[in-house]
Amino acid sequence: MYLSRLAVTDFRSYPQAEAALEPGVTSFIGPNGQGKTNLIEAVGYLATLASHRVAHDAPLVRQGTDRAIVRGLVVRDGRDTLLEIEITPGKANRARLAGSPVSRARDILGTLRTVLFAPEDLAIVKGDPAGRRDYLDDLLVARAPRYAAVRADYDRVLKQRNALLKSAGNARRAGAELRTLDVWDSHLATAGAELLAGRHDLVESLRPLVDKAYAAVSRGGGPTTLDYQSSVPPEIADSVDRELLAAALSAAVAASRDKDLDRGITLVGPHRDELALSIGGLPAKGYASHGESWSLALALRLAAYDLLRADGGEPVLILDDVFAELDATRRESLAELVAPAEQVLITAAVVGDVPEQLAGGRFDVAAGEVRRVR
Amino acid sequence: MYEGPVQDLIDELGRLPGVGPKSAQRIAFFLLAADPVDVRRLIDALTEVKDKVKFCSICGNVAEDDQCRICRDERRDLTVICVVEEPKDVVAIERTREFRGRYHVLGGAISPIEGVGPDDLRIRELMMRLADGTVTELILATDPNLEGEATATYLARMVKEMGITVTRLASGLPVGGDLEYADEVTLGRAFEGRRAYSS
Ligand SMILES: Nc1ncnc2c1ncn2[C@@H]1O[C@H](COP(=O)(O)OP(=O)(O)O)[C@@H](O)[C@H]1O
Ligand SMILES: [Mg+2]
Ligand SMILES: [Zn+2]
Repeated sequence: MYLSRLAVTDFRSYPQAEAALEPGVTSFIGPNGQGKTNLIEAVGYLATLASHRVAHDAPLVRQGTDRAIVRGLVVRDGRDTLLEIEITPGKANRARLAGSPVSRARDILGTLRTVLFAPEDLAIVKGDPAGRRDYLDDLLVARAPRYAAVRADYDRVLKQRNALLKSAGNARRAGAELRTLDVWDSHLATAGAELLAGRHDLVESLRPLVDKAYAAVSRGGGPTTLDYQSSVPPEIADSVDRELLAAALSAAVAASRDKDLDRGITLVGPHRDELALSIGGLPAKGYASHGESWSLALALRLAAYDLLRADGGEPVLILDDVFAELDATRRESLAELVAPAEQVLITAAVVGDVPEQLAGGRFDVAAGEVRRVR
Repeated sequence: MYEGPVQDLIDELGRLPGVGPKSAQRIAFFLLAADPVDVRRLIDALTEVKDKVKFCSICGNVAEDDQCRICRDERRDLTVICVVEEPKDVVAIERTREFRGRYHVLGGAISPIEGVGPDDLRIRELMMRLADGTVTELILATDPNLEGEATATYLARMVKEMGITVTRLASGLPVGGDLEYADEVTLGRAFEGRRAYSS
């Protein structure tokens, strides 16, 4: 698939901007702070209903206005689909698919699929477990949009249970309070099992792809491992059997109840799990060099691309200012690997940052103007 | 902040569900500028609703007398109770004409985030209605979202030992939504296809 048109209104720095796009490579070039990332962030939003930079929507709306609009025309197998999203912070987004309003914005998920590479990706390898969980969950949703609901349900159960733990914790009231805790526990286990099964299945599919991509980016380095660590017993650490997983989560949550009541938060469950990464037998976090960490971050994104492509419906690749972060070898490897993609959108401060292999269409971005120059 | 009475009005409006500070301000200034006759009508409607409309002593639905129209109707089946969150859900289900039993309105759903626990809902009243053995089926028609589901689970566990058949509306309702927003056909079908509910 590819994006043939992007239009934004009051999104980030843009009162209004539009770009007609083509398959193949397109670069957005301009000095820092001119609005390049803002543009590709809009593309990412059409695909994921979230920014890759901020957790909340408020910064996406242009200062002094109260809602932003992003539109994109997606071409897949020769057919156009128009996607439109109105972002109003603090309210539910409104979206239209091919001109018709959808009842909830997340119904448009899956129409445009993207894999976005950004400088922030280094944190997947070097940062907190939350970044690695998000990497998995974002990819789950990209592959199967119904996981957006699974994820939202799990987050909501967790919030409810934590609210109850806080109010019940001090009092340790028996009876009603604890009976409702039983109910939240069982819903936490069911929703958690669904998420866990999805993650287990995903990690299984990713392992060989990440290893292969790492070897390609680092020119023969590796091997890499992905180890999903959770609160369920090792015998079912790869299981996708939801009932089995729910029973195991149930037991783990029950065992943790007293501690949970003391602390007022839920201490076990998929929201506390870790995706441990290793390179050449050593943990990536804390051991890998800067270059190795970058190779692994790129490999994780490339594996996501491979997986989505294998599912059918090749995703749009977005490379936000990543070449400037890489040494010559990695830059070249990455260029080689992404060049054949159906559509690649690149941002860079100067043309020299973009490998020659990826010369294609070009827009200059300066002072809020997006102008095609090639 | 505005002068006394205007600010008081804004504060009062701001306490209504779904009305934020900005909307409260807008409504307040709309009322200030409105024709006194229109405002009078609004005041009368508010007074009337508080004076005349009560909650049914049996089911918790809105009623003009001690009991609501449905609880007074002797043709309705006494052996089935349909549990809903709000009076507006009764209206939605009545529209489908699928259901001939009686209702029980909880007044919300369990939601610790909002500080709503079982004791804040009309659950004790429900248990009292079930105590004499007349009711043989309990239909859990709480909203198809997380809080509605949790409330249904809670109720199903409460009545587990009572020998009552517990059912839940069939799937097909928009998940995560409000019961009242489901159209009549969908809701009617969900009723017909209700299934035994295990907690
Ligand atoms: N909500 C907003 N309203 C107005 N301007 C914004 C908003 N969010 C970001 N900007 C501006 O956008 C610019 C950053 O754009 P960005 O696309 O990140 O730059 P780059 O071209 O370096 O990728 C900054 O000047 C910032 O002030
Ligand atoms: Mg940038
Ligand atoms: Zn009644």
